[in-house]
Amino acid sequence: MTTTTSKTTPTVPYDEALREFEPVIGLETHVELGTASKMFCGCATEFGAEPNTQVCPVCLGLPGALPVVNAKAIESTIRIGLALHCDIAPWGRFARKNYFYPDMPKNFQTSQYDEPLCVDGYLDVQVDGETVRIPIERVHLEEDTGKSLHVGGSTGRIHGATHSLVDYNRAGIPLVEIVTRPVTGTGAHPAEVAKAYVTELRDILRGLDVSDVRMEQGSLRCDVNVSLNRPGDDWGTRSETKNVNSLRSVERAVRSEVERQAGILRTGGRIVQETRHFHEDTGMSTSGRSKEEATDYRYFPEPDLVPLAPDADWIAELKAALPEAPSLRRRRLVEQLGLSELDSQAMTNAGVLDLVLATVDAGAPAAEARNWWLGHLAQQANTRGLEPAELPISPAQVARVVELVSAGSLTAGLARQVVDGVLAGEGEPDEVVEARGLAVVSDEGALAAAVDDAIAAQPDAADKIRAGKVQAVGALVGSVMKATRGQADASVVRRLLLERLGVTED
Amino acid sequence: MTDLTRLTAVETAVAIRDREVSATEVTQAHLDRIAAVDGQVHAFLHVDPEGALDTARRVDAGELSGPLAGVPLGLKDVVVQKGVPTTVGSKILEGWRPPYDATVVKRLREAGVVILGKTNMDEFAMGSSTEHSAYGPTHNPWDLSRIPGGSGGGSAAAVAAYEAPLAIGTDTGGSIRQPAAVTGTVGVKPTYGGVSRYGLVAFSSSLDQAGPCARTVMDAALLHEAIAGYDPADSTSIPSPVPPVVEAARQADVSGLTIGVVRELSGEGYQAGVQQRFEEAVETLTELGAKVVEVSCPHFVYAMPAYYLIAPSEASSNLARFDSVRYGLRVGDDGERSLEEVMSLTRAQGFGAEVKRRIILGTYALSSGYYDAYYGQAQKVRTLITRDFTAAFQQADVLVSPTTPTVAFPLGERLDDPLAMYLADLATIPSNLYGGPAMSLPAGLSEGLPVGLQIMAPTMRDDLLYRVGAAFEAARPAPVPPLSWEA
Ligand SMILES: [Zn+2]
Repeated sequence: MTTTTSKTTPTVPYDEALREFEPVIGLETHVELGTASKMFCGCATEFGAEPNTQVCPVCLGLPGALPVVNAKAIESTIRIGLALHCDIAPWGRFARKNYFYPDMPKNFQTSQYDEPLCVDGYLDVQVDGETVRIPIERVHLEEDTGKSLHVGGSTGRIHGATHSLVDYNRAGIPLVEIVTRPVTGTGAHPAEVAKAYVTELRDILRGLDVSDVRMEQGSLRCDVNVSLNRPGDDWGTRSETKNVNSLRSVERAVRSEVERQAGILRTGGRIVQETRHFHEDTGMSTSGRSKEEATDYRYFPEPDLVPLAPDADWIAELKAALPEAPSLRRRRLVEQLGLSELDSQAMTNAGVLDLVLATVDAGAPAAEARNWWLGHLAQQANTRGLEPAELPISPAQVARVVELVSAGSLTAGLARQVVDGVLAGEGEPDEVVEARGLAVVSDEGALAAAVDDAIAAQPDAADKIRAGKVQAVGALVGSVMKATRGQADASVVRRLLLERLGVTED
Repeated sequence: MTDLTRLTAVETAVAIRDREVSATEVTQAHLDRIAAVDGQVHAFLHVDPEGALDTARRVDAGELSGPLAGVPLGLKDVVVQKGVPTTVGSKILEGWRPPYDATVVKRLREAGVVILGKTNMDEFAMGSSTEHSAYGPTHNPWDLSRIPGGSGGGSAAAVAAYEAPLAIGTDTGGSIRQPAAVTGTVGVKPTYGGVSRYGLVAFSSSLDQAGPCARTVMDAALLHEAIAGYDPADSTSIPSPVPPVVEAARQADVSGLTIGVVRELSGEGYQAGVQQRFEEAVETLTELGAKVVEVSCPHFVYAMPAYYLIAPSEASSNLARFDSVRYGLRVGDDGERSLEEVMSLTRAQGFGAEVKRRIILGTYALSSGYYDAYYGQAQKVRTLITRDFTAAFQQADVLVSPTTPTVAFPLGERLDDPLAMYLADLATIPSNLYGGPAMSLPAGLSEGLPVGLQIMAPTMRDDLLYRVGAAFEAARPAPVPPLSWEA
């Protein structure tokens, strides 16, 4: 299945490739809507339920069953279209996309083809302080498929498996597909632009409250198209990388594809128009089926449904009720908080600006919120290979930790332990404090014994301090902190030590 | 004692309501009749004595009531009934017992109608003779060597042979009306969207419509009223009141109505005897006080080719779900073969020749590069045919024609000639493409075999069919089948 070129041709480093070639990228994003029921039936849409417990004759495609459109899904799709500055079609039909696959109960997917609900929009994203306008071709509505589990093989893929199990719980969940036009002019940053686009889109969808946009659960999924051409040439042949399921992967998928294609083009090779599969573990993609053997989907208007004709007044109402766009909200808050342009840029690049703003919203001072998200939390995200937003801690929880510190209940060191406890799934900050016994020991009587022990254990240091070398107190403070497992307030310990040794500071 | 199987549905319902006879006795009489004659007629694929007698008992106990309570009925095997085998005349669904009821079945149950069992049909409702049933053909009660029409030959034959006073059919291109015509019974295709399609195994979604089969116009009207009406589970169902069909059947009066004879639905291809009975029928309507005019529907000649693009196209997609994964037949799953191989083997063995022919035809018509020339063009023809109807209904309240070009042909005669078989639906297809209602009712005999009169009305004017049909029936009672093969 792998093409010979991709096996043997060396890749070209990203920056170098982009000095030689111009990239054209395109993104198809699938969003599972958070409606209570499925697209064409009344079944629940809960994630993670026992296999095949959220099914009925309609979403199982039983003979005779018929679809009925979920009006809430139409509304959500129109709101997404409006938020992306699209025109809303006054009239349109669903279409059947015909192909055989066992996780598709009817062996056709009810989708939209040449009459999508929303067309011709755009989304502006910021990359390195510059605005890039991503043109949106269409936003349409379709139904999700079920999920196949291939059993018995070593890879978990269909090839080599002895049998397959299918879970139809996901079959029929409303799925919105957002398709960009080809994006040109991304220069040296196609991967960064792609990531910024998906990030911004995710924020918009979250703000609209139409989906939980959890990439790790598959409620937001991306296909990434990439082609390269030499300056002045026509666009190159594109590949489509599927299965890109995290923000980091969006960036990595574009990056690796640029490097791979540049390698082939530089040695005079030909890019095959194909579907590639992205692997989260390696950050690389492998060749899937080539488009030359692509299926003819035999689209035709879905005869079981009547055409959609959304009322113009209703669309106007939905438009008027849209929430403030994340980009505008961000700008407003940045101004209100008096954050510098440079600072907000750094936070944008680190993917934490919205988190900082939300933490401020939850009551934390801007400086504290900024320090947490750019510091300890950014580090934790990096260690885990996650985006900061994907960390299992909420801005409200961070704000609570900040509050505990400013109230004197936690020291900076303890606060980090509390945050780590929340990240480890130990519950709310207060629960972690309680369970780990992390409250600051401010009872001076309780500290006195530890202070005496420290002096007794390090007589040399004690003598130096008595002799006036006050800076030597650090070692003693350290051992008291260690003895109290960090729960003491270091400044109190220092004062107690100096008092005990009869030294007064000016 | 009266033979309970010879009563009309109305007579049966009245007798049960007046406690002259119990629903259980009526049901048992029909089960006995089926046992006695269905070996020769083969109208039923599955008989459900327990279910039927259970409903009858509930009617007798007063738990169920209504104008048709206790009246037995045959259900075309394309309609799903919870727990009762539904094969659609195909091997591919052999043994499948649906976990749910079609809306039509729900309404019949609520009305206390006794469902005797499932009737035979051409596989997936594709055919005009019932010879394409995977379970063997149904025989015409008028002459067992002849076809009972199709696809709903089982329903029509069951009614004609007194195995049931009522039956449910479905009509995609004539599958209720053509069998009615050749068995001397009454069959109605309601307005598209008038009766819910929820639970009808789809052949061609934009054309399929369930409707009543009966021996009298009034019986058909009562059944029509029982099953019709808006259903939120079918998006194409029409959200307005059911036309007053029973009242219209009672009215039975054509005075003041203009009846249009469709010029394109006569002449070449129509047997002389059929043509003659039709002309007599028009005369009768004139005598009854109707004004008769000739109308032209120039695009009707393209109805057949358009139908054989649209219906197979939709069928090719509708029938894709029969892949062995979730229900029905599975062939070759030996642990070695791939999924694709098992799907292919199942579909190769599970579908009959006619179904395969139409799936291939439809797949081709929808394929990229051919879509505009075939499916797209056929939809344009459909629009033109609708315009023909609209224009004709400016001149006439209803249109009439022979239902079929010929009387029942011998079994086997057209089995190897698909085009000749397709011609049986020449006059019935236009109403399906348009969506309006149409009825076939007996109009005498030719060569000792029934001839059908077709009446066509504007959409949601199903009542006009019954008004004209009942008047005609009163003037020209339906001939009674000799059933000389009995005894
Ligand atoms: Zn469902």
